Amino acid sequence: MNDVVVLSDHVKDEIEHWKARFPEDRQRSAVIGALHAVQHENEGYLTAEQMNAVAEYLDLPTIQVYEVATFYSMFQTKAVGRHNVAICTNVSCMLRGADDIVDHVEKKLGIKLGESSSDGRIYLKREEECLAACCGAPMMMVDHKYYENLTESQVDHILDGLD
Amino acid sequence: MAWEQNLVCFNTLDSDEPHTLETYENLDGYKAWRKILAGKMSAAEVIDEVKASGLRGRGGAGFPTGLKWSFMPKTDVQKYLVCNSDESEPGTCHDREVLRHNPHALIEGMAIAGYAMGATVGYNYIRGEFIDEPVPRFEAAVKEAYDAGLLGKNIQGSGIDFDLHTFVGAGAYICGEETALLESLEGKQGKPRFKPPFPAHFGLYGQPTTINNTQSLASVPMIMNKGAAWFAGLGPEHSGGTALFSVSGHIEKPGNYELPMGIPFKDLLEICGGMLGGRQLKAVVPGGSSCKVLPGEIIMNLKMDYTSLQEAGSSFGTGAVMVMDETTCMVKVLRRISRFYMAESCGQCTPCREGTGWLYRMLTRITEGHGEQDDLDKLLDVANKIDGHTICALGDAAAWPVQSFLAHFMHEFEYMIANKGRSIVDGATDVAA
Repeated sequence: MNDVVVLSDHVKDEIEHWKARFPEDRQRSAVIGALHAVQHENEGYLTAEQMNAVAEYLDLPTIQVYEVATFYSMFQTKAVGRHNVAICTNVSCMLRGADDIVDHVEKKLGIKLGESSSDGRIYLKREEECLAACCGAPMMMVDHKYYENLTESQVDHILDGLD
Repeated sequence: MAWEQNLVCFNTLDSDEPHTLETYENLDGYKAWRKILAGKMSAAEVIDEVKASGLRGRGGAGFPTGLKWSFMPKTDVQKYLVCNSDESEPGTCHDREVLRHNPHALIEGMAIAGYAMGATVGYNYIRGEFIDEPVPRFEAAVKEAYDAGLLGKNIQGSGIDFDLHTFVGAGAYICGEETALLESLEGKQGKPRFKPPFPAHFGLYGQPTTINNTQSLASVPMIMNKGAAWFAGLGPEHSGGTALFSVSGHIEKPGNYELPMGIPFKDLLEICGGMLGGRQLKAVVPGGSSCKVLPGEIIMNLKMDYTSLQEAGSSFGTGAVMVMDETTCMVKVLRRISRFYMAESCGQCTPCREGTGWLYRMLTRITEGHGEQDDLDKLLDVANKIDGHTICALGDAAAWPVQSFLAHFMHEFEYMIANKGRSIVDGATDVAA
């Protein structure tokens, strides 16, 4: 049996905040919100113990939490770097040079898409799909923040500024 | 011809603080909702007005919005309204602008829709990646509306209830499919449901539910203010109103433009500053990557509305116009599109789960120089076996690009196979490279 993880008061508040939006006995609807809160506090990924704790808190079978955590692309279920860097490579961004941006970042960080830097600083998310900022192509999302109309020097500046 | 912009959903965009309640109310915002709260418009009248406006679902399917609303049962049970702000169709980025710059139009549109259908609770399902800016912007607007007494229970003593909540997704294109979205809202994997039953009878938590797109709902207040005839008259027959065009790719001024339906493509291109660097137009995907591609010489003579694009063998989709110039390798673009559908297939239906992988792997083989001539027949065969054989439209959306790229640009695929992976756009020189 794994160690029991206790959810922080902040995470519990967040979960309650989500639960309040749904009818009684529909607390399963709060799973996605709960996992966002837990992952945020854990610097970018979810552990099995944390998912178990969410299931226990919401009184759900653990499988219902695992199913969600593994289905949605924003949840990471293995350890990754603490800053999430997602470069869109879909068509609109591809037409405006996204592949060159990816090449540049891979060389700069010495890692490939889907890998984290060895110092644990940056996770270069697996090939990213359209993030709905197509008119600002090429673009990337760093820790949920959008950066549009990227050039290689801007990318350097943004990545160098991550602690 | 000069085209007037920002007539409906983007009408606050010229203001300094477009997202505030004050800006919105200065532009007649909540006028229609206050009229309803004062008891001056029945639910049936609202639905009739939306029907007469010709508003069609802007999420891609183009289903008449008023007709969809009329499917909701009149019985006195808990009903829900859900807004689909899970904007993920590649090329599409205008709902993000509505959320960031005109959130009150969406809130008022949702309240009016809820009233029209007897839905007392609404959820706005916003894609998870919008968590940093559009979500807080929308939630701040919802709070403003509550504080102003425009939402809640027995609003302004009218006897009308409408509570509005935000829901945040977590990254899954499939959740834009309305029944997958409901599953996700229930805290499950976003896997589309079999239909029937349709959501109007068995929707969120098994209750009658209507799901509408962000832009569709944000258009409703202006329809109420200016009338169905005004809205319908903005565009040609069967394509009422304005469209939010997300124009991306090889143009000088990519951007989101609100323009009347039926604008000729060549006028839209001119508004976008023309082709990037003055290069030649090769092809356009007119409504998001699920729509069939059209060669430049065809779309240059088309109008941007439901009927015109359908007659040309494509569709209006989401109004996401992806423009490609002469330097674009159509094989590489199709490979990228196919990767998307492989990555986003939910895996329920075998033709889609397996077929999308086949398409991507065959296209990868071709771009890597290992393609064979009969791969082109196989591509079409796999696409045809997905098309129409799945629970939801993602399967069709994976097949249509393959069918249309091969139909219009077969020579580029044949060239690449014959030249072991070299693209036709790289020319006949530097063979050794």
